[in-house]
Amino acid sequence: MAQAAIELIGINKSFGAVRANRDINLEVARGTIHGIVGENGAGKSTLMSILYGFYQADSGEIRVGGKPVSISTSNDAIALGIGMVHQHFMLVDNFTVLENIILGAESDALLKKSIAKARSELDRLEREYGLEVDPDAVIEELPVGLQQRVEILKALYRGAEILILDEPTGVLTPAEADHLFRILKQLKDQGKTIVLITHKLREIMAITDTVSVMRQGTMVATRVTKETTVGELAELMVGRRVLLRVEKGQSEAGAVKLSVKNLTVKDSRGVTMVDNVSFDVRGGEIVGIAGVAGNGQSELLEAISGIRHAVSGEVMLDGKPIDLTGKADPGELRDRGLAHVPEDRHHVGLVLAFEENENSILGYHDDERYLKGPFLDIDAIMADAKDKIEKYDIRPGNPRLKTANFSGGNQQKIVLAREMEQDPGVLIVGQPTRGVDVGAIEFIHKRLIAMRDQGKAVLVVSVELDEIRSLSDRILVMFAGRVVGERGPDATEGELGLLMAGVEHQEAAE
Amino acid sequence: MDMFNAIIQVLDSTIRLSVPLLLACLAGLYSERAGIFDIGLEGKMLVGAFAGASAAAVFHSALIGLGTAVLISVAFALVHGFASITHRGNQIVSGVAINFIAAGSTIILGQAWFQQGGRTPALQPGERFAAITWPGADAIKDVPIIGPIYAELISGHSILVYFAFAMVPFTWWVLFRTRFGLRMRAVGENPAAVDTAGISVAWLRYRALICTGVLTGVAGAYLSMVQNGGFVKDMTAGKGYIALAALIFAKWKPVNAMFACLLFGFLDAAAIRLQGSPLPIIGKVPVQFMQALPYVLTVILLAGFIGKAIPPRAGGVPYVKER
Repeated sequence: MAQAAIELIGINKSFGAVRANRDINLEVARGTIHGIVGENGAGKSTLMSILYGFYQADSGEIRVGGKPVSISTSNDAIALGIGMVHQHFMLVDNFTVLENIILGAESDALLKKSIAKARSELDRLEREYGLEVDPDAVIEELPVGLQQRVEILKALYRGAEILILDEPTGVLTPAEADHLFRILKQLKDQGKTIVLITHKLREIMAITDTVSVMRQGTMVATRVTKETTVGELAELMVGRRVLLRVEKGQSEAGAVKLSVKNLTVKDSRGVTMVDNVSFDVRGGEIVGIAGVAGNGQSELLEAISGIRHAVSGEVMLDGKPIDLTGKADPGELRDRGLAHVPEDRHHVGLVLAFEENENSILGYHDDERYLKGPFLDIDAIMADAKDKIEKYDIRPGNPRLKTANFSGGNQQKIVLAREMEQDPGVLIVGQPTRGVDVGAIEFIHKRLIAMRDQGKAVLVVSVELDEIRSLSDRILVMFAGRVVGERGPDATEGELGLLMAGVEHQEAAE
Repeated sequence: MDMFNAIIQVLDSTIRLSVPLLLACLAGLYSERAGIFDIGLEGKMLVGAFAGASAAAVFHSALIGLGTAVLISVAFALVHGFASITHRGNQIVSGVAINFIAAGSTIILGQAWFQQGGRTPALQPGERFAAITWPGADAIKDVPIIGPIYAELISGHSILVYFAFAMVPFTWWVLFRTRFGLRMRAVGENPAAVDTAGISVAWLRYRALICTGVLTGVAGAYLSMVQNGGFVKDMTAGKGYIALAALIFAKWKPVNAMFACLLFGFLDAAAIRLQGSPLPIIGKVPVQFMQALPYVLTVILLAGFIGKAIPPRAGGVPYVKER
């Protein structure tokens, strides 16, 4: 085996009473892709932040290229050839690509020389690694995938030999993620060492050479990727056996509860995002909408749930039409038994600065159960929140805690608990498990299936194909705003993938 | 010709009146571009004015006065920094506190030191910045049109006036052509990006605040040592706030800031000029109306004519490393 690029020996780090990292040992071989998996809050990001000089370890030793080093600032890490691509990009949105790349690594006190130097250097990097991006483009005008490329270029420009990527695919579409993996493989071929932090096991299996599993602040195992399985990794992550595919019985579809006819929706720029879409969802079935992100699924959900108005078409809830002119009040739809778990829980589903109990009644706060005259009935709300915490295993189980302090999976559970416990007739769920870890995914899937078995109509939109296939009784595939196909739950991934890529659709059009 | 002379006079006082605004506005530009809201421009100008006039009167030197003004103003800027950068306090509260301390302490100290009812002693010619007469100004003074423009508008101001206008291109150059400017703009937009690039967010913001302090110090010195022959209590009279309005109006850009301040200075000059004299058609306008114009104008123009003014994104938010 090649020489170790990084060695971490006995790393400990506590935040107050929380021990984020305990006695971590890790060795990453030069020129390999090493994955680090673990649930949210397992301490992966903390460990990497220690390596990047963002935090100081309480104890332990770091060796880079065999030599013990002390990394007390990001500058030290950069000097040692360590570069990091953060989960939330560290870019200045209204700067150009070049300005972002030189920031902090300017070769001269005046910008002109620095930019000229960076331009030629960038040109070289682009040719060497196939990382094409317009150096004069402004960041906020670039798609997310390209912004990430700028982050990678930023690290390479600083001479990074070791590249740490923190949850790099969380914001990417599947196609962008594939492209990223090709780039990473190429970087590896050029001798760079890559550390990939993720909680998506598929990615680990697809691209890494070795993988380490973290659980609750400890390093529980390191495996050669080829010699392990998704099942084993999932079990190591969670500490128990995990059902990757939830058991479910045959669906007993009843009456049509939600009916969408010829729905057309345009976005703010006037581009048609949903194009003449029709489908029904019956009670007792889960209908999944698959598709690459950005093919109209978001707009479809928003139109049905009364957030966005539609150009034309009809949506019937329990046989009665929903006003689509933009006057439909989401609150009124809630009263009519339509619950909505939005795709973007941070911006739409939750107020992160609120306490957990406040979020657990958000949107239902004018319900009589939570009121005492004109005032909120705090006791009733607390009792209700505690009840939901127990039922949905929300951790930590403190209803007074600020919502921002919960992990992604638990935040999602707060939203799900709120919407499901209203006992709606129709449940619409966008990206049920985005940013949610394995253990919680299983739980959420089980809950959704339980809703179905109670005879509710469930509509699920997800960019995760596995999730759609595991949950749905019927699968609709959206491409370019249209439903291009319907398949049963036994459809193969390849078949759905072709539909999602619009292949069959184009052939049909010809 | 009378009309022409009147215009020249109004423009001349426009320049004089816009100088403190311009200096304060550029001062605010440095700190806000770095992500620190500074509502304490007013207070820093006031302590600058007081310190400048006091030192000049005591040491009989305009330069020592200016130096002291800058020093004290920078010290106040650092207090703002200590509260809002080091201790991540609320920037508005800290700024307001500075304004109050400035308003109170200048009166108390003035009375204790000089016993002139809060004023500082009247400055003698050598203790003030004299007007600089440009070569040939006197010679061509009587040439029609060009003469008055050169002699009145361009020549005959104190060194601080020229300094203020020179600061406009200089600030632009610093912001957009130097490493410091790039980093400063970055820290006002996304401090985390600056931090991960291995640059100290705090030190960068402190440096921006020092620039702010220097400029408000000069602005204060201008008020008490050029415009006026000594310090009078509350002599800034809201100029710090107008400068903030001008800064928004200028969308945080130096050249725009100059035009915004000239416009506000012009309104001020016109208000003084028109005091009591009736306007054609409209008739007599109350002076309060003219004084309110800069604010009214800011609201109207911001509401629809200059487009959206987008402040630096990280403005007002203390930087905390995320956990």
